[in-house]
Amino acid sequence: MTPVPSSKINPANWWKQNRKAILPPIFGIGGFLLFWQLSSSLGLTKLEGPLSLWTDERTRELLLYPFFDNGGLDKGLFLHTMSSLSRVAIGYSLAAVIGIGIGIAVGLNKGLNRAFDPLFQFLRMVAPLAWVPIALVMFQQNQPAAIFVIFITSIWPILINTAEGVRQIPQDYRNVALVLQMSNRRFFTKILIPSTLPYIFTGLRISIGLAWLAIIAAEIVMPGTPGIGYFIWDANQNGYVSEIVLGVIWIGAIGLILDRLMAWLQTRIASGR
Amino acid sequence: MTATLSADQPSSAALAPPLLRFEAMGLAYPTPQGPYPVLEGVNLEVQAGEFICVIGHSGCGKSTLLNTVSGFAKPSSGRVLFNGAPIQRPGPDRMVVFQGYALLPWLTAYDNVYLGIDAVKPELPERQKREIVMEHLELVGLTAAAEKTITQISGGMKQRVAIARALAIRPEVLILDEPFGALDAITKEELQEELLKIWNTQKCTVLMITHDIDEALFLADRLVMMTNGPAAGIGEVLTIDFPRPRSREDIMEDPRYYELRNQALDFLYNRFAHDDDA
Repeated sequence: MTPVPSSKINPANWWKQNRKAILPPIFGIGGFLLFWQLSSSLGLTKLEGPLSLWTDERTRELLLYPFFDNGGLDKGLFLHTMSSLSRVAIGYSLAAVIGIGIGIAVGLNKGLNRAFDPLFQFLRMVAPLAWVPIALVMFQQNQPAAIFVIFITSIWPILINTAEGVRQIPQDYRNVALVLQMSNRRFFTKILIPSTLPYIFTGLRISIGLAWLAIIAAEIVMPGTPGIGYFIWDANQNGYVSEIVLGVIWIGAIGLILDRLMAWLQTRIASGR
Repeated sequence: MTATLSADQPSSAALAPPLLRFEAMGLAYPTPQGPYPVLEGVNLEVQAGEFICVIGHSGCGKSTLLNTVSGFAKPSSGRVLFNGAPIQRPGPDRMVVFQGYALLPWLTAYDNVYLGIDAVKPELPERQKREIVMEHLELVGLTAAAEKTITQISGGMKQRVAIARALAIRPEVLILDEPFGALDAITKEELQEELLKIWNTQKCTVLMITHDIDEALFLADRLVMMTNGPAAGIGEVLTIDFPRPRSREDIMEDPRYYELRNQALDFLYNRFAHDDDA
C-alpha cells in the first residue's frame, strides 16, 4: 500500500517507511517465545519450550527437510500441508458457491429468511468435531466426509454475510432499478452483485480461517493419508509432543498466510469497484 | 413586451388535455392507530412542457406528492392521471433525480448514464447508445470527467451525472427532489441555469421540490405551495410569468418579482408557519 518508486528502491528509505510495520511484530513474537521458553525452563509448565523443536531430533529433521518424501506417510510437512490444502480448497469452494447462492436467495426473500434463519443460526454453532461422526454416517467414506466437515464449518459466515449484504442494498439503488424497469437479470448483475460484493468478501475471509481450522477435525477420519491434521492426530496418539507443537505452528502459519491472501483480495476488489 | 409574452404562454396548451392530472387525490399511511393522512384533496393539472416547483415546510408531504407521479406511492383516494391513465408503477417515462443522487458508486460517470439508457432502450445499436451518453454528459459539462468513478467526483458533479442519466432516457416528466439542496451557492446557480437551458431544448415537463423561493421564481412557470400536514394539500399556486429565456438580473429588476416573493413568504411564514418548528 505504501507508495514506493518503482524504478529504484533505496534500502535506507525503505527501512524508514516500513520499520513501524516490521519491528513491533518481531518484538511481540520474540517476547512471546522468550516467555514460553522461560516458563518451561522454570518448570511453570510441563510443555517443552520452543527450543525443543530444535533439540529434539525428530522435529529438527522435520523442520530442516519439509520436502522429503519417503513414500506413504513418511513425508515432509510441506507435502502434508499441500494435501490438507487441496482438501480445504474443495470444501471451501463448495461452501463459497453454495453459501453465496443460498445467501442471495435468503437475502432477497423475507419468507425464506424467516423459515431458515433459526436453522442456520443453530447449525453454525455446531463444532467441527461434532460433525465428524455425522459426516461419516452420511457418506460412509473418508474423503467425502472430510470435505463435508470443512464445507459445513465454513459455509455459515459466507451465507449469513451474503444475505446481509443483499438486505443492505440501499433503497436508492432498488428505486433506480424500479424506475428504469430493469430486468431481473440486469438488476442481479449490475446492482445486486456489485453492491453485495464487500459483504461476500467479508464472509469469505472469515470462512477461510474456519475452513482451515476444521482441518484437524476433518482429517481425524482419514488415517493412512497424508495431511497436516492427521499428522498432529498421529503424533498425539504416539505421544510426540514436539511434533504436535511443530504441526500447530505450521497450521498457524498457513492460516495466517491464507487470511492475508484473502485480505489482499478483499482490498483489491473493494478498490476495483 | 407583455403582449408577445402572453401569446406564447399556455393559451394553446389549455385546450389540450393535461399531461398530469391530480383528481381529489389523498394518501394515508396505515398505522396501528388507524390511517394517518399525509395528503388530502389535491387537485392540480399540469400541461406538457410546464416547469412546476413545489414548496412547503419539511414533512408536509412534498416528496409523497411527487412519489404518486413517479409511482413509488399510490393514492389511497382520488387519482393521478398521466396521459389520461392512472399511474400504476414507476417507469422511465417519469424519470426521477433522487435526493441522494442514487448513482452506483462502483461505476464511472459514463457507465452510470449508460446503464440507464441501456436498461430503457436495449434495442438501440451500441454506437447510438454511446453517442447519447456522451451527448448528455456534454450537456451537463462532464465530458472530461466521464471516466471518473462516482467516488472521485464532487457533489455538484454527482448531481450533474444524475441529471444526465435522467435526461438521456428522454422522459416525458422529469422529477427532481430538492436537487440542489446540498450544493454550495455558486454550483447551485450554475446548475439551475444549466437545467433551464436543457429544459428549453428538451421540452420535458419538470416537477421539482425546492426549499428556496428564489430558485423557484427563477425556474418555474408555476409555484405550488403546500399547506402543512397532516392532511396537507395545495394551498395556493403562483403563476410566474417572467419572459423566457430568463436571466437572474432581469428578473430581480422586475417589480413583480418582489410581489411574488412576498406572496410566497407570506404564505410560508405567516399563513402556514411551521408551528412545531422549534
